Amino acid sequence: MDAASFLQLDLPPLLAALLAGATCGLLGSLLVLRRESLVADALSHAVLPGIVLGFALTGLRAGLPMLGGALVAALLAVAAIGMVQRWARLEAGAATGAVFTVFFAVGLLGLEVSGARSVDLDLDCVLFGQLETLVWPQATGWGSLVDPAALAALPRQLGLMAVVAAVSAVAVAVCWRPLKLLCFDAGYAAVLGLPVRALETGLALLVAAAAVAAFESVGSILVVALLVCPAAAMRLLTDRFGTQVLGGAALGAGLAALGYGLAGPLPAALGSALSVNAAGMIGTLGGVAVALAALLGRHRAAAG
Amino acid sequence: MRASVPPIETTGLTVAYGPNPAVEDVTWTAAPGLTAIVGPNGAGKSTLLRAILGLIPVRGGSVRILGEAPAAMRGRVGWLPQRAAVDWDFPASALDVVAMAGTRRARWFGPLPRAEREAARAALAEVGMADYADRQIGRLSGGQQQRVFLARALAQDAQLVLMDEPFAAVDAATESAIVAILRRLGAEGRSVVAVHHDLATVRDYFDQVLLLNRRVVAAGPMDTAFTAETVAAAYGGKLLRFGAGETAVLAEAG
Repeated sequence: MDAASFLQLDLPPLLAALLAGATCGLLGSLLVLRRESLVADALSHAVLPGIVLGFALTGLRAGLPMLGGALVAALLAVAAIGMVQRWARLEAGAATGAVFTVFFAVGLLGLEVSGARSVDLDLDCVLFGQLETLVWPQATGWGSLVDPAALAALPRQLGLMAVVAAVSAVAVAVCWRPLKLLCFDAGYAAVLGLPVRALETGLALLVAAAAVAAFESVGSILVVALLVCPAAAMRLLTDRFGTQVLGGAALGAGLAALGYGLAGPLPAALGSALSVNAAGMIGTLGGVAVALAALLGRHRAAAG
Repeated sequence: MRASVPPIETTGLTVAYGPNPAVEDVTWTAAPGLTAIVGPNGAGKSTLLRAILGLIPVRGGSVRILGEAPAAMRGRVGWLPQRAAVDWDFPASALDVVAMAGTRRARWFGPLPRAEREAARAALAEVGMADYADRQIGRLSGGQQQRVFLARALAQDAQLVLMDEPFAAVDAATESAIVAILRRLGAEGRSVVAVHHDLATVRDYFDQVLLLNRRVVAAGPMDTAFTAETVAAAYGGKLLRFGAGETAVLAEAG
């Protein structure tokens, strides 16, 4: 394979997978530590009506309107989960499960009614992602990596993913210690006078943004695998908060890149015609990582 | 003088999770010093502490902490939660947990500032846990875990410390460590309000008592508020034998 075809066909999806994996592994670690893994599932589904609305209102499958709609839907979902818990006296899991499935269902109906489906925003894309469709036809060789005109033509999904990844990394770094306490003991964080509500809302918004940015790459179902699997695997391997969070990001990036490579480019490079859905391969690797961690983790627990 | 201000004042405080209040119409003024909250299971002792801290919504009434609104006192009240409420599997060492006391005053990012690290180490040393600073909290014994959280409450350097069952299921070494710290805090003019279960030690460890059974049964200094009659009233008359210097034996209702 020559440089131009690698840059055109493989670099954009590989970068998108790397960034999605790192961002989801980072934020997912915080969710798993908060024992809120279900929230990953919930937010990645609950954003759908917002995405559809953003698309229907602007007619554009562009990043910003869909991201805006998704963040509004995420806020509404978080508020609705809280209200269902308080008013219906349901435990958190039941309230979360009820709210996110209903949001997702409304989003599906909206997809049909708005006509969005027939245009561009189809169900396959929502469910399974379209990592393979991220291409960079303007790339002509390694020189394109430093050519502003060519870089400007990179797929816009990649740009959105990069922005969300950067914002997440900065937010987690800046709020490192409050987030650690929030994960461990939100009650004590409140006693100390930390802005618990703002931190919780910020985390939910970041997860929603990551889910939206990643959903075009890996799909709304498999983004859950990226949010939960690397974090769950690290959870079994370390007793350190920093290792958990940063290791979750690294493992997420590694799994996503490896999954993309195994799904097509690697077999192709070896002369095989075998090619499978990249998101499916990434999700499967996530499961393998958790299983391996469980085996190694048992060893760790016995040693401790 | 700070010492003359009541650490806690509640007026008509009512908390309800469902239709039945868990804590009802509690009007109570804690005196400075060491206060035990005593009452049967389900009397609302933990609920009262959590309501005072603002961790759960109240249905009615008001709270003053050291003479001020609770919101103004955020970060200035120490808190030792119930052991059962802690996630012992969390990837944190004993030192990590104690250093959390400084989360608000220290900067939010980067390595832990030296002053915070040293304050946390000093608090750990005070409870006899200096050698366990780097151990993951789930790998400590029950008494050691309790002392780590006691160290965290100390590291807050608070004028008032609330404790939810500090003596629950601890070993003798931990019990004497907690008592020593209670006495030190009292001697420094600080106040402690603790939920306490062991009627035999209430008089030895505390100056004042609040007997609670959803409502205030009795409150004040030990001699007037902690008598055979008031304890029997709080525990629904199930007290079998009680007297000064004598071990209390009782069977709780239900």
